[in-house]
Amino acid sequence: MSNQKVIKNLKTFSTAAERFEGSHVLCPGCAHSIIVREVLNATNDNLVVGASTGCLEVCTAIYPHTSWDCSWIHIGFENGSTAIAGAEAMNKALRKKGRISPDTPEPKFVAFGGDGATYDIGFQWISGCFERGHDMMYVCLDNEVYANTGGQRSSSTPIGASTTTAPAGSTSYGEKRNKKDMLQIMAAHGSPYVAQVAPNKWKDMVKKIQKGFATKGPVFINAMSACTTEWKFQPHETIEASDLAVDSLVFPLYEIVDGTELNITYRPKNIVPVRDYLAFQPRFKHLFKPENEYLIDEWQKRVDKYWEYLQRREEARV
Amino acid sequence: MNSKQMELNEVEVWDGNTCNAQALRQASVDVVAAYPITPSTNTVENYATFHANGYVDGEFIMVESEHAAMSACVGAAAAGGRVATATSSQGCALMVEVLYQCSGMRLPAVLCLVNRALAAPLNVNGDHSDMYLTRDAGWIQLDSFNAQNAYDLTLMAFKIGEHMDVRLPVISNQDGFLTSHTAQTVRPLKDEVAYNFIGDYVPVNAMLDFSKPVTHGVQTEHDWHFEHKAKQHAALQAAFPVVEEVFKEFKELTGREYNIVETHNLEGADVAIICLGTTYETATIAADELKEEGIKAAVVSPRLFRPFPLTQLAQKLQNVKAIACMDRSAPGGTVGALYNEVAGALINTEARPVMRNLIYGLGGRDITVHELKDIFRDLAKDAENGKITGKIQRLHGVRGPELSFYEL
Repeated sequence: MSNQKVIKNLKTFSTAAERFEGSHVLCPGCAHSIIVREVLNATNDNLVVGASTGCLEVCTAIYPHTSWDCSWIHIGFENGSTAIAGAEAMNKALRKKGRISPDTPEPKFVAFGGDGATYDIGFQWISGCFERGHDMMYVCLDNEVYANTGGQRSSSTPIGASTTTAPAGSTSYGEKRNKKDMLQIMAAHGSPYVAQVAPNKWKDMVKKIQKGFATKGPVFINAMSACTTEWKFQPHETIEASDLAVDSLVFPLYEIVDGTELNITYRPKNIVPVRDYLAFQPRFKHLFKPENEYLIDEWQKRVDKYWEYLQRREEARV
Repeated sequence: MNSKQMELNEVEVWDGNTCNAQALRQASVDVVAAYPITPSTNTVENYATFHANGYVDGEFIMVESEHAAMSACVGAAAAGGRVATATSSQGCALMVEVLYQCSGMRLPAVLCLVNRALAAPLNVNGDHSDMYLTRDAGWIQLDSFNAQNAYDLTLMAFKIGEHMDVRLPVISNQDGFLTSHTAQTVRPLKDEVAYNFIGDYVPVNAMLDFSKPVTHGVQTEHDWHFEHKAKQHAALQAAFPVVEEVFKEFKELTGREYNIVETHNLEGADVAIICLGTTYETATIAADELKEEGIKAAVVSPRLFRPFPLTQLAQKLQNVKAIACMDRSAPGGTVGALYNEVAGALINTEARPVMRNLIYGLGGRDITVHELKDIFRDLAKDAENGKITGKIQRLHGVRGPELSFYEL
């Protein structure tokens, strides 16, 4: 295991982007670029990075340009995880055969996918990679919508959000189902480490990424990625939107080790009402109409209940 | 190679799947990622046994689908090593998306495709529907007539695809069950001879070479996409001389001759059957037996299905008067693909022969020497009259009234 990178402060951390360059065409205010920089900056080790089809991929590798100063591959929408698993297997094979010298430091294998690529179309591939135990990290850039194709619902889209394929209208409040609980599903795969992170809580995030890199086996990271375009806030408000998500506990920050040991890693001093989180994003605007307001109460109840559940799990140590 | 060598007899009795597995073992493939499907399953089963007993030292991963098998192969190949997998039919259909990705990224993988019908109706037996499905995927495609061919061509697939002028993936086709499950005598090479023939894998733009970061699988717009596809097309065309060179080297090593277009009794022939796979050998028996009747019959088969040898076929067929193109795949509302290709090759030639299209053998239905002789006899009438005496397209061997969907 290589030495863990020491990160002193945000200023040096934020300027240490040696491998993800600014020359991309992601929207101003896109949290994807912040998260990717935080993941890549967490280590000095060599990286083999995969990206599923999505905003990150189409905005960072438009021939003849690339934003990636590290090994990088994109195949399809669904199989970013398996591409990285294949590269990881090749690394093992070539070391076994002596074609890569044992003195060469082990690289880190990372796959990025959006929530569509993770929760929906790529789910089978990720499940296969985790079941086989490849030594890799999968990072979901969870913006709760198919942003690359213009804002359709995914199985990560939360109830009540208005999307182009689940629009709010005179007889509909938008998306009808609750967001899939991907972290629990991945923990249930027996993954040695899964965690939920948000780019605004960067220290927490770096700690988890470094812990993930130090873990042998498949690691799943669900990163909340506030989307200025589809959540419809101003580009300079990304971190504010992220703060509201974690402080309202809509997106709680926690980790599960070895499928069972659950640790809550951030407890807001002042818990913000879910109403504030929803009010900040015009995708939920219609929930504030009198006929829909009951959904806001239901949101709050569901968030409270889940927070209670997480705390009990943490206490019980099972 | 750190793996154990395998002592092989001069002559082994192997089926086509064993041939694939042995070729993969001798090529010392670095990563095999696979998912089982009939009739190709035994390729990966045999390989798993070699792995379990220390005869191969790479990574063998049984993934959760054929799509994942090819996805892992692409990731592994881009990382910088030799990769292979095997599949058939629906598995091939599931892989198709990634086949295009693999060739577009110019990664020389090898796919052992054991040809089988595509559902529905579900059918595990052999026809060429899956081979046809992959025909525009940008892979080089080799075609076997028997188990020996399957062994030889799977070995040669690595050498062809990895050639610096080519750098493309290669499909090694064989007929489901007819070749894959029929034990035949096969003369294998010794392990080190086979490996030395193929040579060490030379990585190009390897992701595991950290001195030079690479970006694989970019996005292009109209400004570059066409140029990329043109270069890919050029690389496929560049495979012709490479294939010839590899076939020549292989002949020097083994005495076994392979040609881009295989022919039987072509010299002075009036009529010819053009077909793929095991039908070639059956048709050669029919052609030989017809000599007594005074019918000068030839059998022609493109050993290379992609890139398709249009020029070579046009040259070979310039003196033939009547041709039957035999397509072992459902035509789907037009003539068969082989008929189309051969017609494309001959349309601009001086002496255009008359051509029939026979759809046959779907879902594993047999074609016999007797039937092939009848087809040759029909062709002899066409040759004599200088025109087709029956229907252009026929669904040969289908029960019920004779069916044709292309008549003049």
